[in-house]
Amino acid sequence: MAGTGWQRLISRINSNDNEVILGERDNMKHIIKSVALAAVFGMGASSVMAELRLGMDSAPYPPFSETSSSGDMIGWEVEIGAALCEAMGETCTVVPVAWDGIIPALLAKKIDAIVGSMSITEERMKTISFSNKYYNTPAAIVAAKSSDMDGTPESVKGKVIGVQVSTTHQNYAQEHYESMADSVKTYQDFNEHNQDLVAGRVDAVVGDSLAFADFLASDAGQDFEIKASLNDEKIFGPGVGAGIRKEDTELVEKFNAAIQKIREDGTYEAISAKYFDFDIYGD
Amino acid sequence: MVWSWVPEYLPKFVSGLWITLQLLSLSVFFGMLLAIPIGLVQVTGPRWLGAIARGFCTVVRGTPLLIQLWLLYYGLGALFPMVPGIRESFLWPVLREAFPFAVLAFTISVAGYEGEIMRGAFKSVPKGELEAARAFGMGRFTLLRRIWLPRALQNVFPTLAGEFVLTLKSTPLAATITVFDVYGVGSIVRQETYRIYEPLLFVAAIYICLTGIIVLVFNWLERRVPRPA
Repeated sequence: MAGTGWQRLISRINSNDNEVILGERDNMKHIIKSVALAAVFGMGASSVMAELRLGMDSAPYPPFSETSSSGDMIGWEVEIGAALCEAMGETCTVVPVAWDGIIPALLAKKIDAIVGSMSITEERMKTISFSNKYYNTPAAIVAAKSSDMDGTPESVKGKVIGVQVSTTHQNYAQEHYESMADSVKTYQDFNEHNQDLVAGRVDAVVGDSLAFADFLASDAGQDFEIKASLNDEKIFGPGVGAGIRKEDTELVEKFNAAIQKIREDGTYEAISAKYFDFDIYGD
Repeated sequence: MVWSWVPEYLPKFVSGLWITLQLLSLSVFFGMLLAIPIGLVQVTGPRWLGAIARGFCTVVRGTPLLIQLWLLYYGLGALFPMVPGIRESFLWPVLREAFPFAVLAFTISVAGYEGEIMRGAFKSVPKGELEAARAFGMGRFTLLRRIWLPRALQNVFPTLAGEFVLTLKSTPLAATITVFDVYGVGSIVRQETYRIYEPLLFVAAIYICLTGIIVLVFNWLERRVPRPA
């Protein structure tokens, strides 16, 4: 608690750096006021822990989270977050946090959970815990509608596959397709392999199904479709989960139960159907 | 510095080097074949042909090579779906590959830059020598083959060496259209090993060696050509 107080004070002092017009004495007054305020707020925070604060990326990440013109956070993840809170029987507020500071914010108890499209990785597991995944945009293989590829290694025999370089999708293509396919061509940029797919220089491309949505909706992408979702947890990782402080083991359990609940009672599907035309949970 | 990746990627670098050399030699060869007439018509006329040649040089030299390369590869590539039957045609195995487009783009670039240099080269041959050749009874093509062209090339030899070195150093652009030359292989190493400096230094060293070879070859050629006393 003292920690939060001091952090508030420090941030207050830092913010005063800009106010050069203030005299030395005024500055001191500000600091004293800040200390007083910090004490009050600090006590408030510790005595009432009614609200669960969900941290989300403050930068827009549509369709998951973005700020609407009226200033509210909207998006799939905002709705899922609300549904999870309801399932847990908690009241929640959404706190926008800059992405690079979101784990420090969690550790400093400025937020209680990260519900911000954070992929579960071993690296992050060293610092924080994760709930079970609540979504995992699957990788997908996209090819011409007329093609009979179905994502199996046999179906890409003699074909040229395009992937973006140094992605998990490249790893997947090399692991599952390279031995059967004519070749796996690597591109610097996601849009470049789509262009070559349209031009017919590659027969299929492997990428993130969500990222393909825009391309498939465009004129150029009309004749193409997602042939199959590709799953390989060893390559793609488990997906996106809620990031939670290591000591809050109880909260992890609550999130897991809530995820299961909204998956079972249809809330999850109802929300997802508004945003995606495929299964974002990614079984 | 970590160099343990070198043995693993060496075979890839060898094939990358081969691609780079092919790109360079093919585009220099075909580029020079084009550059000679492009330079010549600007000196001899006819005027309209000279104007076209000058326009070509201006456009090629006035636009970034990367854009030319992409216009050819992705731009033309975007037109393919509109041509019916193109994917069944005998041309498709060539059109489908990126390498021919890279050679074409670099050839055009060499033709544009060297065409301009050859214009100056043809112009700089003293009129008296050409008149003397004519006085010997040489026809126009004999004169070109035996006097004008050799004298012109001789004048610009050092310049051409520099130009070809510049062409060599443009070839990494081919990596942007999926041609994995030396630089492209270097990027693969960077992306797979997360080492930044070592692959870049390694690639830089290869280019320095190649440049050195070009310079040596041209020095040798220059010495073989007898200089007027």
